[in-house]
Amino acid sequence: MGTIYQDRIMTIPEVHPEHKEYWDAAVEGKLLIKKCASCGEFHYYPRVICPHCHSDKTSWFEAKGTGHIYTYSVMRHGKPYAIAFVELDEGPRMMTNIVDCDLDEIRIDQKVKVVFKQSGNQENPGSFIACFTPIESD
Amino acid sequence: MSIKGAAYIAGAFEHPLRKAPDLSVAAIHAECARGALADAGLTFGDVDGYFCAGDAPGGVLSMVEYLGLKVRHLDGTDIGGSSYIAHVSHAAQAIAAGKCRVALITMGGRPRSEGRSGVKQKIVAANVPDTPFEIPYGPTAVNEYAMAAMRHMHDYGTTSEQLAWIKVAASHHAQYNPNAMLRDVVTVEEVLASPMIADPLHRLDCCVVSDGGGALVVVHPDIAKNLNRPLVRVMGAGEAPKGLQGGKTNLTYSGAVWSGPKAFEEAGVTPQDIKYASIYDSFTITVLMQLEDLGFCEKGQGGKFVADGNLISGVGKLPINTDGGGLNNNHPASRGGIVKVIEAVRQLRGETNPEVQVKNCDLALVHGTGGGLSSRHGSATLILERV
Repeated sequence: MGTIYQDRIMTIPEVHPEHKEYWDAAVEGKLLIKKCASCGEFHYYPRVICPHCHSDKTSWFEAKGTGHIYTYSVMRHGKPYAIAFVELDEGPRMMTNIVDCDLDEIRIDQKVKVVFKQSGNQENPGSFIACFTPIESD
Repeated sequence: MSIKGAAYIAGAFEHPLRKAPDLSVAAIHAECARGALADAGLTFGDVDGYFCAGDAPGGVLSMVEYLGLKVRHLDGTDIGGSSYIAHVSHAAQAIAAGKCRVALITMGGRPRSEGRSGVKQKIVAANVPDTPFEIPYGPTAVNEYAMAAMRHMHDYGTTSEQLAWIKVAASHHAQYNPNAMLRDVVTVEEVLASPMIADPLHRLDCCVVSDGGGALVVVHPDIAKNLNRPLVRVMGAGEAPKGLQGGKTNLTYSGAVWSGPKAFEEAGVTPQDIKYASIYDSFTITVLMQLEDLGFCEKGQGGKFVADGNLISGVGKLPINTDGGGLNNNHPASRGGIVKVIEAVRQLRGETNPEVQVKNCDLALVHGTGGGLSSRHGSATLILERV
């Protein structure tokens, strides 16, 4: 049988001034992370000042949008959904949801790619949210 | 400056109610304050330092007015459920620095009456930098701790059976606590048969949702020695935040890896010296991870350490949470730290139920994890000695 993914209403996030580019890119299906020119490190969630070396030489970087599942948990109380941390191929681990799949088949280390889901609902649509779905392994 | 020996816990009080729909939250704080001061043999007029956290309605200013206090030192540090463990350390620091001599710490709340629980989405405050990148994904208390458990199982082979032993130990202790919310002894099989809430945590891996509260009175050594109470001395403390580290997070350890060693160093003792431990048990995984991170066993060996009754008083090597803990006794305001300190004080004074009292209990550790294990949490460690 499995537990097939169902759409759910995602809470609309606040858009802070330093994240406007991030949310604008999400509408176009692009996942932006930050890269620091001083230390060369990526970070997530994006900040003006690098959390690793504290330089302000941070700039937007379009992630490939692929990675693997670091950990996850399927909520079984109420409508099921899968919260997870995905480790991007660029390195940072980000909180996300695993979507468009059988939630019972989710595994740590599974390869995934980004897909965007719109937050809010029809009456009150919000930002597009970076989620991930397993990549077929054949 | 060290806080070793700088202060004593003279008063401790745990609110007896587990459901309090007819009490305001401020009134719960006040009843706990009165109880702890009476326990110490002191009065509201003796208090010159006040400490509270995010559960206190209106914060320090509203509470000081409500309680009718006249104080010269205030501290509203909030690191979730572990706040009150840190408050004991902060009170000792303030007493050592001459900022106050009688510090009152209060907490209380009624999530049970208000219908809150760990499967509901967290409340979001404005302008918090991280929440736009988390809240759409539906993080709750239980699925955040579940993700840490899932990765711990993956990396170290920890099993649901091993986690269940933590609940079994809590239930063994709770049967002797007349105030405990859940008093039935459960088996590993019953834990595993309880409904799955968020993989891999079952309902019985989760703490209770209860009303209630507690209070502590921390005093200068000169005052402690003039009170007719057993002497419980503050020996050492540590605190540490842990977050997502800019995306470099590892969810298999907690901030206890930093707060624990600081506390042991200050107290001049080791994990092997500890006779009793109050270990924050929001979920079973919280206990297992903290025991590893504090050095009670090797990293990754927590599953073996907690199994087979090793945490049961009179049975195992390390009795913990002899009141039944958050898993069985209470989790007032969804913040369990103050009750952890209170039970350690009872053990050191020899005032627990004889069935769970640790023999010759002269050295105890209290540790808390407040907040979310897979986002941000505050770790606080405290070591106490009976003199």
